[in-house]
Amino acid sequence: MQDIQQFANEIGLDLDLLACIQCGKCSGGCPVSITTALNIRFLVYESLLDALPELVHMEELWDCTCCFTCVERCPKDVRPAELIITLRNQLVESGKIPGTIGEALMGIFRQGNPLGLAREDRALWAEGLDVKPAREGCDTLLFTCCYSAYDVQSQPATKALVRILHAAGVDLGYLGTEETCCGNEVKRVGEKAMFDEMLVEEGKALLESVGARCIVTTSPHCYNTFKNEYGLEGIEVLHYTQVLARLLEEGQLKLSVPVEKTVTYHDPCFLGKQNKVFDEPRAVLRAIPGLNFVEMDRIRERSLCCEGGGGRMWFEGTNTEDRLAFQRVQEAVDTGAEVLAVACPFCLAMLADAAKVKGLEEQLKVMDISELVVQALGDGG
Amino acid sequence: MMSEKSKPRIGVYVCHCGTNIAATVDVEAVAEYAQNLPGVVQARHYTYMCSDPGQTLIKEDCRALGLNRVVVASCSPRMHEPTFRAAAQEGGVNSYRTEMANIREQCSWVHHDKEAATRKAKVLVASAVAKVTHLEPLEEREAGVHPGTLVIGGGVAGLSAALDVAEAGFPAYIVEKSDRLGGHVAELGHTFPDLEPTADWLAPLIRRVEEHPAITVMLDAQVEEVAGFVGNFEVTVLQGGQAQQIDVGTIVIATGYQLFDPSRKPEFGYGRYPGVLTTWELEQRLATGDLVVAGRAPQDVAFIKCVGSRDIQLGNPYCSRVCCMVAAKQAQMVRQALPETRVTVFYIDVRAFGKRGEEFYDEAREAGVRYRRGNVSEVYRRGERLVLRVEDTFLRRTVEHETDMVVLAVGMEPRDDTGVISALLKLPRSADGFFLEAHPKLGPVDTTTNGVFLAGCCQAPKDIPDTVAQAKAAASSALIPLIRGTVPVISETAIVDAELCAGCGMCVDVCPYGAPALDPLWGVSRINAVLCKGCGACAVTCPSKAICLQQFTPEQIMAQVDVLTV
Ligand code: SF4
Ligand code: SF4
Repeated sequence: MQDIQQFANEIGLDLDLLACIQCGKCSGGCPVSITTALNIRFLVYESLLDALPELVHMEELWDCTCCFTCVERCPKDVRPAELIITLRNQLVESGKIPGTIGEALMGIFRQGNPLGLAREDRALWAEGLDVKPAREGCDTLLFTCCYSAYDVQSQPATKALVRILHAAGVDLGYLGTEETCCGNEVKRVGEKAMFDEMLVEEGKALLESVGARCIVTTSPHCYNTFKNEYGLEGIEVLHYTQVLARLLEEGQLKLSVPVEKTVTYHDPCFLGKQNKVFDEPRAVLRAIPGLNFVEMDRIRERSLCCEGGGGRMWFEGTNTEDRLAFQRVQEAVDTGAEVLAVACPFCLAMLADAAKVKGLEEQLKVMDISELVVQALGDGG
Repeated sequence: MMSEKSKPRIGVYVCHCGTNIAATVDVEAVAEYAQNLPGVVQARHYTYMCSDPGQTLIKEDCRALGLNRVVVASCSPRMHEPTFRAAAQEGGVNSYRTEMANIREQCSWVHHDKEAATRKAKVLVASAVAKVTHLEPLEEREAGVHPGTLVIGGGVAGLSAALDVAEAGFPAYIVEKSDRLGGHVAELGHTFPDLEPTADWLAPLIRRVEEHPAITVMLDAQVEEVAGFVGNFEVTVLQGGQAQQIDVGTIVIATGYQLFDPSRKPEFGYGRYPGVLTTWELEQRLATGDLVVAGRAPQDVAFIKCVGSRDIQLGNPYCSRVCCMVAAKQAQMVRQALPETRVTVFYIDVRAFGKRGEEFYDEAREAGVRYRRGNVSEVYRRGERLVLRVEDTFLRRTVEHETDMVVLAVGMEPRDDTGVISALLKLPRSADGFFLEAHPKLGPVDTTTNGVFLAGCCQAPKDIPDTVAQAKAAASSALIPLIRGTVPVISETAIVDAELCAGCGMCVDVCPYGAPALDPLWGVSRINAVLCKGCGACAVTCPSKAICLQQFTPEQIMAQVDVLTV
């Protein structure tokens, strides 16, 4: 086995194993450390001692959700999750990856989305919404996550967002079938080459070619990679909750219809922990008339991961019996909320599914923030 | 212009510095080369020029050969220039006619190729010889000293320093920002490693200070301005809106620290859960005996160590040095107060150094305090209780530890106003923000500003015995100029050629020490040699080239440079 640190340096991942003092801050906070065999601290130790077991036998490497709690908290700036990405990269290079992840990557390669659905169908959700083609020039470019575009569970939120932005008078454009997966998860499952050479290279040129002032993403995952990894020039990257919060503050978006519901909010890891966007989603919910906003205990930096990131949308994980999303929906129910609001298509899928499995569907509805906002729109909605 | 009697007779001394220089530079060849340089009467090489025999060599040559200039080719002048100047002076050569060629830091340490390094050393020596040829003798100068020491800060460090100064018979002035003496320590009920009540020893210390006739205590006061230099500081102190000036010879900084604010570690829920407190808050609770959380005595108390310390992401990379022992102390005290309560200390490392440190850690475990290894990652609520999520790294398992009270062992940080004091006294700070000592080993209480000394946690986190030891060291260093009664002042000052001066005043604006002033009668610049530090800012600014810095005149510098470009 090659020296892991050296390998990470070679592929340009930010990792400093030698700084590790084996304190356990990473493993203690890792959301999957109790329910799976993954011990990120011990993994660092084994790597340091050059004593890693055969990677193919470490199924738990695929349990990591890339929530980056470990990266956020490590006192020595080791960036432990990058180790997992490095190890996954080695597995990818040798073709030893779980079948479902392989299929998702193939889908992206062939059709530009991990679901493997036809590229021509990407814009079907937008029919009848009259979204302007971005090529005609626009101020704000809408970028839909593959799930926002194809997944029937997510599509209502996508449509709602368009209605809201139109109602606020935003000059919105959409790339339609030209859009391709952002690759945030591709990078995190270790497919570095595909991410760098295909997705970023082509995607960056495509996004910049529109000439928009800003990009608004439906997903925190696209937002994260565009903002921090694409190196986009002359274009601001925003998550849709940031755009809505801004429109509300500037008075361009007016919410007048009361939504008489008790709502709590789940912070997505890629929006909250990793990018520190905590306040805007809350500001949007609080601006909805009639809405009673309540908080769960584990919020903001301590939010519990839904387990949808880092490729976990494509890989069940080793803890099927004991999902974090089960705990999360229970926590939401305990606040007395009828709605668990989310701001990410992955969170929506994971948490809605958990509510179903746990038989909480009657009590708790998992909804995207834009689905709530659209209900509060007056005439334009 | 060179006077007849100063026709150069130069001695050149090439040092081996053991093998530090000799391994990379052919010192013999350098000495041989120097022997043939113009004005050189004698050139030698020797193992350690700074040693006694080395210095004797210089002194004896000076006398025997009637030398009037000395060049030493060795290390950086930072360390040994005073040594060689003194040797030359003893040999009857004006000490300002010595020059050093740095063939160690600037040559042997940074090169590998012996031949090239030797060539470079020769050029450096030739350059030094060229410069020394043009050096004029200067007078040694001294200034008087205001007898007295200003102590900034009235905590344990300041109290201890002031008391030693006063006991030596000199006035000490304590300027304290708050309305009382004793600093942070006054708020500690008990101290480690003996669980002694703090008041037992602190109260008598404060009383001795307050009653000492030579100590002036100024509370609710702060230093507004500091002018002057070692021996002659003029300090403006602001107290109750009133400014007053105190003249002192030396200054001890004992401004202490501030506690880390754990709301910067949001994962611990400090400020959100009433059951999460800092060691500082628990100290007050232990003093009043009120340990109740959520209406009842806690069944379980958990300490989290290293909060705000050893954390690169926070910008606090250092260990705060006391938190391990504070936790051991408080854990024992909780066990004493609540014998039924389970007390666990979660740690990364236990640092129990110093006298009785390890024994105190033993006592904590004997008292039933559990130690578990793991850096707690987060705190959340479960019903009425709190949960610590932590990997017990020995079990190699992440656990949820249910508890009632979480105690954060918060570390020390540089005070927010460190920057203000550092600007007032031109004191550098280390990367971590604390004041920087002059030398980590040889000058741990000194600063780069002569006459200003450091004591206590303003320099780095430390416990009470170390603080007092450093305070006593600072006091004794601060006493040296007071006892001598005079301080040497530099001789390499700037001088003005009144004939050339156009009276533009740019030197007045540029000087950081306020040394130049325009003569009200003649309208030309005059430089106060007592204030001048020889930085040369005026000399390079003056558009009329009327100012030159002695020992760095254009003629001298050009001579030195011309050789280099050969
Ligand atoms: S948190 Fe950082 S220093 Fe601590 S064990 Fe994990 S990687 Fe090592
Ligand atoms: S990124 Fe999240 S899931 Fe992965 S090892 Fe770090 S803390 Fe665990």
